[in-house]
Amino acid sequence: MALHVRQLRKTFKDVVAVDGIDLDVQPGECFGLLGPNGAGKTTTIEICEGLTDPDSGEVRVLGRTWKNDSSALRQRLGIQLQDTQLSDKLSVTETLAMFRSFFHQGPSVEEAIAMVQLGEKRRARVGTLSGGQKQRLAIACALIGAPELLFLDEPTTGLDPQARRQLWGLIIDLKGAGRTILLTTHYMDEAEQLCDRVAVMDHGKIIALGTPNELMASVPMPPKEPRLHAATLEDVFVALTGRHLRDE
Amino acid sequence: MSKQGWLSGPLAQLTLVRVREFMREPEAVFWAVFFPILLTVGLGFAFRDRPDPILKIAATPGIAAALKSEAGLDVRELPEDQARLALRNGDIALAVVGDAGNVVFYYDDTNTEGRTARAIADRAIQRAAGRTDPVAVADRVTREPGSRYVDFLVPGLIGIGIMSNAVWGLGFSIVDSRRRKLIKRMVATPMSRVQYLGSYLVWRLILLPVEVIIPLAFGGLAFGVPVRGSWIALALVCLIGSLCFSAIGILVGSRARTIEAVSGIMNLAIMPQWIVSGVFFSSQRFPDIAQPVIKALPLTALIDALRAIQLRGAGLADVGVELAILGGWLVVAFVAGLKLFRWR
Repeated sequence: MALHVRQLRKTFKDVVAVDGIDLDVQPGECFGLLGPNGAGKTTTIEICEGLTDPDSGEVRVLGRTWKNDSSALRQRLGIQLQDTQLSDKLSVTETLAMFRSFFHQGPSVEEAIAMVQLGEKRRARVGTLSGGQKQRLAIACALIGAPELLFLDEPTTGLDPQARRQLWGLIIDLKGAGRTILLTTHYMDEAEQLCDRVAVMDHGKIIALGTPNELMASVPMPPKEPRLHAATLEDVFVALTGRHLRDE
Repeated sequence: MSKQGWLSGPLAQLTLVRVREFMREPEAVFWAVFFPILLTVGLGFAFRDRPDPILKIAATPGIAAALKSEAGLDVRELPEDQARLALRNGDIALAVVGDAGNVVFYYDDTNTEGRTARAIADRAIQRAAGRTDPVAVADRVTREPGSRYVDFLVPGLIGIGIMSNAVWGLGFSIVDSRRRKLIKRMVATPMSRVQYLGSYLVWRLILLPVEVIIPLAFGGLAFGVPVRGSWIALALVCLIGSLCFSAIGILVGSRARTIEAVSGIMNLAIMPQWIVSGVFFSSQRFPDIAQPVIKALPLTALIDALRAIQLRGAGLADVGVELAILGGWLVVAFVAGLKLFRWR
């Protein structure tokens, strides 16, 4: 099991961010955590990344726990955080060389640049990159240690449609290379496109779990409404909560 | 490890990042390199030892003639009310009111210039009225490098250069990285936290020769400010001083999440030492009761040690107390900074 989570709970002051969730991510799988802002996705993923301590519950990453094997685990994970701004004054190559220096194994800086197709920008300062290029660099930084498990927290949020599709292509390539990925998103089309299985989160709980097709098939559409299109994950969410996914 | 192993290692890479970020910020380079020179030039001229300190005074018409022959005084002839107004405004050091038989001196007795002007004016008036001095005196003036204001100033400027660059440089850089969530991203890798903070210390040490040699060389070439003591002691004092203030910079930046917050903390750490540690005037001017506290401050220790080495020819053994104070601050600040550091 790549990731094994049981009864995870986390409270910030009086807000229950994560309310007793269970998760299992299989090796080689791309698993999506789908939910609106504030559903607890980021808290969940950051607990799995060992950046936040849970109040209670069990987390096993690649069969190990953060408490006992933190430094060994860090060598084996690739992490992209939601709101990291890499240093504007460094070039793409310099940024990756720094991240590469922390890992025992992994691709060379040039190989990582090729993986995310930033070859033409290798000497460019990070500050001059577009949003999509910055995000591809962030993913290259996550790949630089040849991780067994990749965490991507809202990798396409804030990107224009073209850049999103480019990034989807990159993630599909990574899937094709057999990588295990846990990604969060609040775009249902993204989860449909990329994820083998999806957990829908709301108010700190997982309210639905399955393959995108299973989830969409499970939604009973109102009989009077002509079924002009197949159900989307958005319909799943609306059917489960009565709210739209992008409502705050 | 390969031949380039050390350069691709994490401490070297982190240090390279520090150096690159600094070199690509032209303003930062300006403040670190040129500002101390400008300060030395500006203050060196402002407080240069004039061959004849001319004191500005005013005198009423009845007595002005007797004073005008005195070379040390610049006399303006004014009516009494205007002369006293000029004194209140600080335009003159002394107002002399009266005539040959009866003179009143108006001045501020807490002002050195006022007291000096009074003595010179009194002598000029008495001599003009026919006084002869019973004792013959001769003046032999010495102006040795080492005893002038600029000699006092240069070690002080080296000290504040080391302090300000370290505290500002580290405080801002650390808090900016935290604000960008970059620190959080870095601790999500296997990076060693000690190496992360260590890279800041190494970066400061790389810049240290520039910070010290420029004002030292400029002071030496432009004003003849000496280095009379041990160069090894000078190097060691600068080294420990730089590490000490880097550690204080880490402590200053250990918690703050915003540039505004860290600016306040930096001012709190720096400003009192600018004032009391004897950069521009001797810290002996503060009351005796405050002296133990002032002596324990790292900037006081650094500047006292630099002055002792440069001006009084001190060796390593003579600055042991100052080195111990700097070393103490270094250990306490680094341990506290590491303990308090907000890694996300």
